[in-house]
Amino acid sequence: MSGHSTYQPQSKVLQWLEKRLPIGGLVHSSFVVYPVPRNLNYLWTFGGILAFMLGVQIVTGIVLAMHYTPHVDLAFRSVEGIMRDVNYGWLLRYLHANGASMFFLAVYVHMFRGIYYGSYKEPREVLWILGVIIYLLMMATGFMGYVLVWGQMSFWAATVITNLFSAIPGVGDTIVTWLWGGYAVGNPTLNRFYSLHYLLPFVIAGVVVLHIWALHVVGQNNPTGIEPKSEKDTVAFTPYATAKDGFFLAAFVILYAWFVFYIPNFLGHADNYIPANPAVTPTHIVPEWYYLPFYAILRAIPDKLIGVIALGASIVILAFLPWLDTSRVRSARYRPLFRQFFWLFVIVCVGLGWLGSKPPEGIYVILARVFTIYYFAFFLVILPLLGIFEKTKPLPNSISESVLGAKA
Amino acid sequence: MNKPPEERASDVTTVSSAEHTRRDFLYIATGAVGAVGAAAALVPLIAQMNPDASTIAAGAPIDVDLAPIADGQIIKVFWRSKPIFISHRTKKDIEEAQTVNVAALPDPEPDSARVKPGHDQWLVVIGICTHLGCIPLPHQGEYDGWFCPCHGSQYDTSGRIRRGPAPKNLALPPYKFVSDTKIQIG
Ligand code: HEM
Ligand code: FES
Repeated sequence: MSGHSTYQPQSKVLQWLEKRLPIGGLVHSSFVVYPVPRNLNYLWTFGGILAFMLGVQIVTGIVLAMHYTPHVDLAFRSVEGIMRDVNYGWLLRYLHANGASMFFLAVYVHMFRGIYYGSYKEPREVLWILGVIIYLLMMATGFMGYVLVWGQMSFWAATVITNLFSAIPGVGDTIVTWLWGGYAVGNPTLNRFYSLHYLLPFVIAGVVVLHIWALHVVGQNNPTGIEPKSEKDTVAFTPYATAKDGFFLAAFVILYAWFVFYIPNFLGHADNYIPANPAVTPTHIVPEWYYLPFYAILRAIPDKLIGVIALGASIVILAFLPWLDTSRVRSARYRPLFRQFFWLFVIVCVGLGWLGSKPPEGIYVILARVFTIYYFAFFLVILPLLGIFEKTKPLPNSISESVLGAKA
Repeated sequence: MNKPPEERASDVTTVSSAEHTRRDFLYIATGAVGAVGAAAALVPLIAQMNPDASTIAAGAPIDVDLAPIADGQIIKVFWRSKPIFISHRTKKDIEEAQTVNVAALPDPEPDSARVKPGHDQWLVVIGICTHLGCIPLPHQGEYDGWFCPCHGSQYDTSGRIRRGPAPKNLALPPYKFVSDTKIQIG
């Protein structure tokens, strides 16, 4: 990690520890004197917010696990027990359920930020790919957590999602039976989902460490997309970034609290308060909001196998972004055409999310197809070509020049 | 292979080339045992997720009495945790199923291949949409068969896919007629 440590602990105990395990120096060089670009805006606070939300999910999850029973006959009842009987159980569950939503909200802002400012470009490819891995793990974790409640939506989400694997030619059905541990989603499925739902957040924490390590090797990108060139271009992490991160985290938590205390079920689905019934599929099944765009892509395609491939490809394609975007200019600030295609892309993603919540009929299907085509064209056609044809604006000479004007 | 000096110093009795092959042998032997061991360890780790003995035992055949099922009625029973539709088809249902142009179907199968000979009025199918596993609703859709609420697949009175994302006809469970009014599924 860059920024040579000037760490000199005052206390004797810390000096003693530092000789044996230089952890204080590590923290000091990574989170105190670590140089960050001086022009970071609030979009750069979402990394800290994500770390905070992971912590919230782990803490609330561990206490929920003290009251939850992973059995088909008891799971739904135990969740209702958490809501009605356990001290503050309602609060802990609402924190966890809405925490997942806030976690995804933050990750989406974080990712769109990365795309807008070209943060995935050389030398940050590995950093970006680690992020995509974290996102995949989050999706798996959120899905399995939602199944634990064992309501109608839980059960049918588990059925539909595991059945995606049945599209694999030849071995599909064998794989699905293996995933279920039975001939349908049942008690073995619930048990293994519980085991994995407990495990994966800690795997995420591990990948987050790698993500931050990679970040501290290459340094942060910034709104200009040009690298810091002198001391004048950076400020120390503490107090500057700490204060900014802390302030916006507090604002974010107020939003989170508003959901938890005023509209705790707004993002959920009423059908999940009906216990799972393997004999009846609800008339309108939808996943949690954060999966809706991908669900829309799946449904936009009238063929099962191709639909599943498109769903998978729409996520995996993110990992190839560093090589699909051929422009050498990072930040959208200096890419007038890219900026327009980017905002269209955001609209398409949100639009797909909206379409994913609608029944798959009539105009909704047609729109979903158009949006799906744009989604893929953005990565496979627009980004590669823009790098060749776009006339970018002149870049500033340095970060400090862009902030302070040419005099600096 | 160049050996570090401290090792060379203690190398009094052994000829270095002999030592060389012995160490190579140990590397390869250790690696081979390790690889076999790791592969063997994977077997139980993966196999434990397959259906266990009690789940398989619970999948034994079941008998269903057809007598109480009225003309035109569709009932649902469970076998191996899967819903099974038993449809007592009307004359009209049977006629519709038989007169379709089979070659034009997404998953071409004549009605005769989907019922037992001489039992045209009984259609027995697994009630799981071949798209992503939802349970289709009976007597709905444009083909008088089933309609899947999840992504809109439609099946006819023979349980064949007619429209929507599902690729295949509703599957047939293994079953046989024990008597004229009783079947055994499984
Ligand atoms: C990446 C972090 C995590 C995410 C995104 C996540 C997500 C979720 C979601 C969406 C639910 C369903 C909430 C509902 O609708 O009620 C859930 C439930 C649950 N989670 Fe997590 N979770 C995470 C971490 C954890 C951890 C670390 C544990 C345990 C150590 C845990 C234990 C539980 C339990 C016991 C339930 C069922 C009770 C309930 O529904 O509130 N979770 N999780
Ligand atoms: S599960 Fe029936 S149409 Fe998708």
